[in-house]
Amino acid sequence: MRKLELTKAAALAAAAAMMMSLSGCGGGSSDGGSASSEVTTAAASAGDDTVKVGLLHSLTGSMAISEKAVSDAEKLAISEINAAGGVLGKQIVFVEEDGASEPSTFATKAEKLIDGEKVTTIFGCWTSSSRKAVKPIVEDYGSLLWYPVQYEGMEASPNIVYTGAAPNQQIVPAIEYLIDKGYKKFFLLGSDYVFPRTANMIINAQVKAAGLEVVGEEYADMDQTDFAAIISKIEAAQPDVIINTLNGTGNVSFFKQMSEKNYTSKEYMTMSFSIAEEEVATIGANILQGHMVSWNYYQTTPGSVNEAFVSAYKAAYGENRVTSDPAEAAYDAVYLWKAACEKAGAFDTASVVAAIEAGGISFDAPEGTVTIQGDNHHLVKPVRIGEVGADGLINEVYATDPVAPDPYLATYDWAVAAGIQPLE
Amino acid sequence: MEQLINTLFNGISLSSIILLTSIGLAITFGLMKVINMAHGEFLMIGAYMTFVMQQIFVKFFPESVRDIYYFAAIPFAFLVTFLLGSLLERFVISRLYGREIDSLLATYGISLILQQAARSIFGTQGVNVNAPSFLNGGITIGGCTFSYNRLFIIFMVALCLFLVWLIMYKSNFGKQMRAVMQNRTMAQCMGINSRRVDNITFSIGSGLAGIAGCSVALLGSIDSTVGQSYIVNSFMAVVLGGVGKLLGTVIGSTIIGSASIFTEHYTSSTIAKAIVLLIVIVFLQKRPQGLFVIKSRSLDE
Repeated sequence: MRKLELTKAAALAAAAAMMMSLSGCGGGSSDGGSASSEVTTAAASAGDDTVKVGLLHSLTGSMAISEKAVSDAEKLAISEINAAGGVLGKQIVFVEEDGASEPSTFATKAEKLIDGEKVTTIFGCWTSSSRKAVKPIVEDYGSLLWYPVQYEGMEASPNIVYTGAAPNQQIVPAIEYLIDKGYKKFFLLGSDYVFPRTANMIINAQVKAAGLEVVGEEYADMDQTDFAAIISKIEAAQPDVIINTLNGTGNVSFFKQMSEKNYTSKEYMTMSFSIAEEEVATIGANILQGHMVSWNYYQTTPGSVNEAFVSAYKAAYGENRVTSDPAEAAYDAVYLWKAACEKAGAFDTASVVAAIEAGGISFDAPEGTVTIQGDNHHLVKPVRIGEVGADGLINEVYATDPVAPDPYLATYDWAVAAGIQPLE
Repeated sequence: MEQLINTLFNGISLSSIILLTSIGLAITFGLMKVINMAHGEFLMIGAYMTFVMQQIFVKFFPESVRDIYYFAAIPFAFLVTFLLGSLLERFVISRLYGREIDSLLATYGISLILQQAARSIFGTQGVNVNAPSFLNGGITIGGCTFSYNRLFIIFMVALCLFLVWLIMYKSNFGKQMRAVMQNRTMAQCMGINSRRVDNITFSIGSGLAGIAGCSVALLGSIDSTVGQSYIVNSFMAVVLGGVGKLLGTVIGSTIIGSASIFTEHYTSSTIAKAIVLLIVIVFLQKRPQGLFVIKSRSLDE
């Protein structure tokens, strides 16, 4: 029965192909494990007049383009600091490793940087799954990771400094803004992994506490291309606003397929947490015009510091490149590390962490002055709600004074009452 | 009611894309007993060719004729994937006849090579194709909006299906192809150049995947893994429909496409995938040869 066997083989092939596509989005959620609070000296400086740092981002794989912008921003900061005389009189040299968009690779490369290359600190990661993979490594070796991307919160490792937004500096104020503006029915749409699920747990609690309604909650696979079923669910639910935590290519498909049904921001307003200037360029400003986003920084943020940053970035990497919130946070990370080293008067992790935890490490960043809060290693930073303009840039429509980071949302009664827990 | 019509329309639209990818799979599978794991990558190449054609038009042609790039892209994508398919058959597949597992591994390797090639050439971030302006928006009848994009895709698939039917059942070449499919040795004895038939059939199958790529480009962004997200459904459609019969592929694709959309409408997208897979497994327990079978007198069937 040859034909029969072939059918079996085809079924096998289908199963294999499915495995392949699934393995693409499987995040390695390794447990935080033994958080060694005892911080030891991980590395000695490389030479007499240089200090070695590690850069750990995805240079290949699906996350490469997002992380490339971040790594570019870090290199820009390093070269600026070197040109201005370095840190404590030493020039910075960097070793770059490729995390290859794979959490397990991030873990191995982090170990290589710390143990093999003896770097003093690491600037790296983007996705929460890669951060969760590197966290036990830096904790075990007593090294220090600077993580530059907004994330879902519920974490405060002694060996990580988080320079992106905590949830109360992006998600919570965005929802507050929408409630103030009179939006009543919320639809939550996200990619199926740890950040959107945790974010939506927070949003659900917040919306319910305000006495309003979440009329739908949907998750799309990371590689999903057809959003027809989700869009018809949105039509059936008739929300006032869609809270969008889709990541990657899902955003393009979703907004394209909304626009092919003639839906613009007038019919269905969206508030997105993962669409910055780079993503607007890919999706198309004509499709996204009028939709809202929430970040701490935009390329259009006023101020001479930002003007200098934008022009230096474009001069280094090309006139058509845009700066974005994660790139800016990565740029800040290098300067904050410099400030911490200078305050400590040394490069070893113990002294640097002690300087950070003593408080007051700050930097005049493109987004405004940011300060590391000593007790939780997050930044005090302003929140900005923006609207996508016709030119593809994002215009600020509302901004706050600098907000203190609260990664566990401990100061919000509704969050405490809802008992939000980290997803591992 | 409106919801039902909407869902039905979405189901047909997804089915039609699956159909275009499955036809190629089904005929190469039926004809050569080769499971082509790289088939999805031909879809990906077709999608990238649409993007390339768009860039060419943006660069070299005046604004007024820019919209017709899409009509240039369809034959271009077909041609490129047709030629690549021909090369692949000539240099790899034809050397692995009768070794199903080997050819499965070889084509899987080729699929990885093609994906990496796409990443090297076009970068890792998805690129975007702007639909021609006359395909923007949709027509609203009652409470349902039918987007021009999807209507156009359904129309295009219907046209391709008709052409394939003409080739398979009305042309001399189609007669040869069906003869080889039914009994290779006998067909060779009758003087049919089965190597040539294999090569052209495989190329046509690849070319159709290229056209499917053009239609996928209208719906979302294009990256190196776009083929993977459609190929699983296509494999299931082929298995469900039975190999070698056009009608089987059509019905198989319709069932898979509609079932995905309907179950997703009532559950979530991840659960929908699992349910569809479950339906296929249960069905194959009852009818392991699929819906339709070519009756054959050859001894090894």
